[in-house]
Amino acid sequence: MPEAHPAPPPITDPASSLEIPVLTTTVEKMVQWARRSSIWPVTFGLACCAIEMMSMSASRYDIARFGAEVFRGSPRQSDLMIVAGRLSRKMAPPLRRIYDQMPEPKWVISMGACASIGGVFDNYALVQGVDQVVPVDVYVPGCPPRPESLIYGIVQLQRKIAQQKLA
Amino acid sequence: MDATALIGSLAEGAPGARVEQAPSVDGQPTVFVEPADLLAVLAFVRDAPTLRFSCLADLAAVDFWPREPRFELVYHLVSIDLGQRLRVKTRLAGSDAHVASAASLWPAADWLEREVWDLFGVVFDGHPDLRRLLMPEDWEGHPLRKDYPVQIRMTPRTSEPVQVTEAEFRANLQRDRLSRQ
Repeated sequence: MPEAHPAPPPITDPASSLEIPVLTTTVEKMVQWARRSSIWPVTFGLACCAIEMMSMSASRYDIARFGAEVFRGSPRQSDLMIVAGRLSRKMAPPLRRIYDQMPEPKWVISMGACASIGGVFDNYALVQGVDQVVPVDVYVPGCPPRPESLIYGIVQLQRKIAQQKLA
Repeated sequence: MDATALIGSLAEGAPGARVEQAPSVDGQPTVFVEPADLLAVLAFVRDAPTLRFSCLADLAAVDFWPREPRFELVYHLVSIDLGQRLRVKTRLAGSDAHVASAASLWPAADWLEREVWDLFGVVFDGHPDLRRLLMPEDWEGHPLRKDYPVQIRMTPRTSEPVQVTEAEFRANLQRDRLSRQ
């Protein structure tokens, strides 16, 4: 018969009660940690970049490892907008509208060459960079970017969120 | 049926229509029709019991700028019953590009003609609802014309956030609640 563990001594001394596991931090750091650890992107795939974005969230690359896994169909439940693909001028008002519907705080990743500067489509139909429509936090280069690139972009965004002051 | 026989039957069915055979690299019957006779010819090939081109598969336009006549409309017709295809082309002048709408013959022509008007500026007389189909509604010009600039520098139009007062917000809630009952 295995030997039973000895019962812990009863806590009588106030000084010994401090040994229970406790971390001290500031509210600001706590909020930054919570924000950067659960980034929920809104589903906003516009073109072929969206294929890589889906691949990033699927099992092989598994963005859940970085705490940004749940793609939302509603902007009201989202923190992050990944503009994945070329933005046509006709699509610009809906993009801005969805961005406006997202609750603060919110961030935008411009994914790929087309979303960032228009890419190869230097013509009348496309917006030459989504930063003309919404403020962009992180630009991810590539045509399209590989899922690793986009994960790196999200990690960069997490670093940025970790430095954002509350006031 | 080859193009020669088709033109022969057109001369009987649509008398007075100016139709001539057009060159075709794939052997598919292709005819040129004068714009004024276009609707009569299209109506005949749709209704004639020996042809029965009941399907308008596609309507395309080509801009040959600076050549005149500038535009060429291409109607791709399919006879589902007989397994036949037919191309009907017509040439339009750049200064006055308009032609009768085929939306009364094939409902499919509605959106196809809207697309052609949107991108080339060819007007279809008698069209039920000639609005832009692909470009934004307030767009200026017709982008697939050869003399249209490819690059345009302008700030993109975005929507303004909708602002409602508290009274409007409550009224909206109330209306929504009533509509769900």
